[in-house]
Amino acid sequence: MSENRLTNILVPVFAVILGIIAGAIVMIVSGYDPIAGYSALLYGAFGDRYYIGETIRQVTPYILAGLAVAFAFRTGLFNIGVEGQLIVGWLAAVWVGVAFELPKVIHLPLAIFAAAAAGALWGFIPGFLKARFRVHEVIVTIMMNYIALYVSNAVIRSVLSDQGFKSEKIHPSASLRSEFLQSLTDYSTLHYGIIISLIAAVVMWFLLEKTTTGYELRAVGFNQHASHYAGMNVNRNIILAMVISGAFAGIAGAMEGLGTFENVSVKAGFTGVGFDGIAVALLGGNNAFGIILAAVLFGALKVGALEMPSAADVPTELVDIVIALIIFFVASSYLIRLVLTRFKKEGK
Amino acid sequence: MEYVIEMLNIRKVFGNFVANDNITLQLKKGEIHALLGENGAGKSTLMNVLFGLYQPDGGEIRVKGKKVNIANPNVANDLGIGMVHQHFMLVDTFTVTENIILGSEPTKGGQIDIEKAEKEVRELSERYGLAVDPKAKIADISVGMQQRVEILKTLYRGADILIFDEPTAVLTPQEIQELIQIMKALVREGKSIILITHKLKEIMEVCDRVTVIRRGKGIGTLNVSETNPNELASLMVGREVHFKTEKQPPKVGKPVLEIENLVVKDARGITAVDHLNLTVHAGEIVGIAGVDGNGQTELIEAITGLIKSESGSIRLNGKEIRNLTPRQITETGVGHIPQDRHKHGLVLDFPIGENMVLQTYYKEPYSKRGILNFKAIYDKARQLIQEFDVRTPDEYTKARALSGGNQQKAIIGREVDRDPDLLIAAQPTRGLDVGAIEFIHKRLIEQRDKGKAVLLVSFELDEIMNVSDRIAVIYEGKIVAIVDPKETTEQELGLLMAGSKRKEAGVSS
Repeated sequence: MSENRLTNILVPVFAVILGIIAGAIVMIVSGYDPIAGYSALLYGAFGDRYYIGETIRQVTPYILAGLAVAFAFRTGLFNIGVEGQLIVGWLAAVWVGVAFELPKVIHLPLAIFAAAAAGALWGFIPGFLKARFRVHEVIVTIMMNYIALYVSNAVIRSVLSDQGFKSEKIHPSASLRSEFLQSLTDYSTLHYGIIISLIAAVVMWFLLEKTTTGYELRAVGFNQHASHYAGMNVNRNIILAMVISGAFAGIAGAMEGLGTFENVSVKAGFTGVGFDGIAVALLGGNNAFGIILAAVLFGALKVGALEMPSAADVPTELVDIVIALIIFFVASSYLIRLVLTRFKKEGK
Repeated sequence: MEYVIEMLNIRKVFGNFVANDNITLQLKKGEIHALLGENGAGKSTLMNVLFGLYQPDGGEIRVKGKKVNIANPNVANDLGIGMVHQHFMLVDTFTVTENIILGSEPTKGGQIDIEKAEKEVRELSERYGLAVDPKAKIADISVGMQQRVEILKTLYRGADILIFDEPTAVLTPQEIQELIQIMKALVREGKSIILITHKLKEIMEVCDRVTVIRRGKGIGTLNVSETNPNELASLMVGREVHFKTEKQPPKVGKPVLEIENLVVKDARGITAVDHLNLTVHAGEIVGIAGVDGNGQTELIEAITGLIKSESGSIRLNGKEIRNLTPRQITETGVGHIPQDRHKHGLVLDFPIGENMVLQTYYKEPYSKRGILNFKAIYDKARQLIQEFDVRTPDEYTKARALSGGNQQKAIIGREVDRDPDLLIAAQPTRGLDVGAIEFIHKRLIEQRDKGKAVLLVSFELDEIMNVSDRIAVIYEGKIVAIVDPKETTEQELGLLMAGSKRKEAGVSS
């Protein structure tokens, strides 16, 4: 049992190390200095208070997106629609932030709730179609992503602005920004969202592992036939899982809309955070605590990469290659497991 | 005496676990030799050693007197050893011939010479009386036929020594009889057969000699003509085994389950249960005998609410339960040991403890205000594990890691513990060894003696005859006869199951 758990931790760690080594090889082959490159990356992520603040800010939506993917996955569903759920959540949060003027204790929770509800609705549709008509959720969620992107752009142009490219700034009463956190981190864009995302991780763990609802969701995820036999309503659980997953994704959007940007602008393409959430969930083993660690890694890579071109002349695209390599090695964890067992055998 | 195969003092160790401890098995030319042992006794390990899948840690193997080193299954093939696997290895969308030649296709000018292959397959099939159509698609033929294709596969590759791994587990009684004829025909043609099994009746019927192993150790080899099922069973299990389960006459009470004119359609929309009538009383075990596919599965799934029925009535203690949800039916007092324990009975990736509350997890004390009480859940699990002798390292072990018999004991413990008025047991002992079968039969009878109604569905006539107080024969979705097990014979049941009318007068509903 404990040996198994150790392997579960070692596999992603090895995957990350292998990804970094492979990234170094790519840098050498392309004529860049990997030591300078990685030093710049590390400095850019954790080098001073400002960078640390930026990294934590970036980690925030990654945690929530990872939780959204993992929650659906634990119930046997593959939610590729986190990106779209995030976009509608972002839009809903900013809408509430702009349209109302209320005391902060009401306004901020209301805006976050609106984001969660919008994401939940975007998750409900594929969940319902799956439960009622057995339409595969992967197809529907992919399409829902495009609907979310273009509907959101249309709403920003025609409702939230006068044919402009972005909405107004949200009222301060709906903002997650914190002068205290900003001053602590040398005026980075760090906001209170990180606390919300950590609470969300605890909520996901508690919901899945400790509650009756979580028991049902996990049972349905592992074996629908046995769940049906046991008297559980399989269809209701499928919809519920997608709704909760969508709500996590919607809150991830609220982090961007109420914290990082304080507005919403017309997007030429996807933010990528929702898709990165799939990788975060995978690397984190679909486990709430693992997702936090994986999100920290992804956030650090994303933010640290910005320092690489100026400090080491390494293009940021290389960081995307390193991230891709890490995901590649996690996905081929079977190989790593094989090597680990081989080492263990020889050690005996 | 000439031996075609000699496995002498074979030893095979996995880590600290000794799977085979100096086992000797000698196969004479032209005999059917049974390898008998409980599940997990080491039968499969020994055969995998012979087939080249494992390398032995000690001992030697001789084929026709020559010492050999079987490094992999190809070597075994070259030595004329063929294996008929329990789980068929066939490509569903290919024809019989295509499956048989797979891996050793005859070619003509770079193309597969399918005509030549078909001719060869037809010849082989006729020679051994297999009656297989070489052009049929695997997906379209019965399980029994698929098994014959597996046999043909080994013969096509020139096997003289055939290993049958639990071949009757998937067959109907008729198919079993046909298989026995085939095995006898094979032996007549000079083949030698090793039959892996834990079914004593088959050994008595078809085998010449039997080698018994228990917990990895060779117990000995006997001539079948000089032994009997009781001796074999005690050698295999290591203690006395009672076949005839002891039971008192039933104290029959009021009707618990009353089914009237029930009509159920199967997944393809074909009527599977056709205006069926059946009553099960408190304090009796009613066995449903029938060939697989005569509506048993649909009947049970309709009673338990897993599928919807078209019309008719199902009453439990007088209350109509037809087309209620599985949970409503469960709460009315129905326990269900499902036919497929992996599909319906367990969440294999849940710990065994969490599986013990699969229908009760939402009730106190297991759940309070939506929060699970793991202490109560695992206390219950520990109690059931002990009471029903579920052998597991602990209650946190995943259900997947348990052996079939222990998984089944866990399910039975869970269902019996809920104390249902009606217990439905579908094939409760399929794939289990005599020790576990005895245990399960005792538990079913215990429920009966407590005044519960028990509905048993089984394809094993022995089990039906042995455990039931009344036998209902199902044929094409109807109960065609109800007979008293003390006044019937396997022959009569077999005929009724095949659809022939009852000759003598009897109760028929």
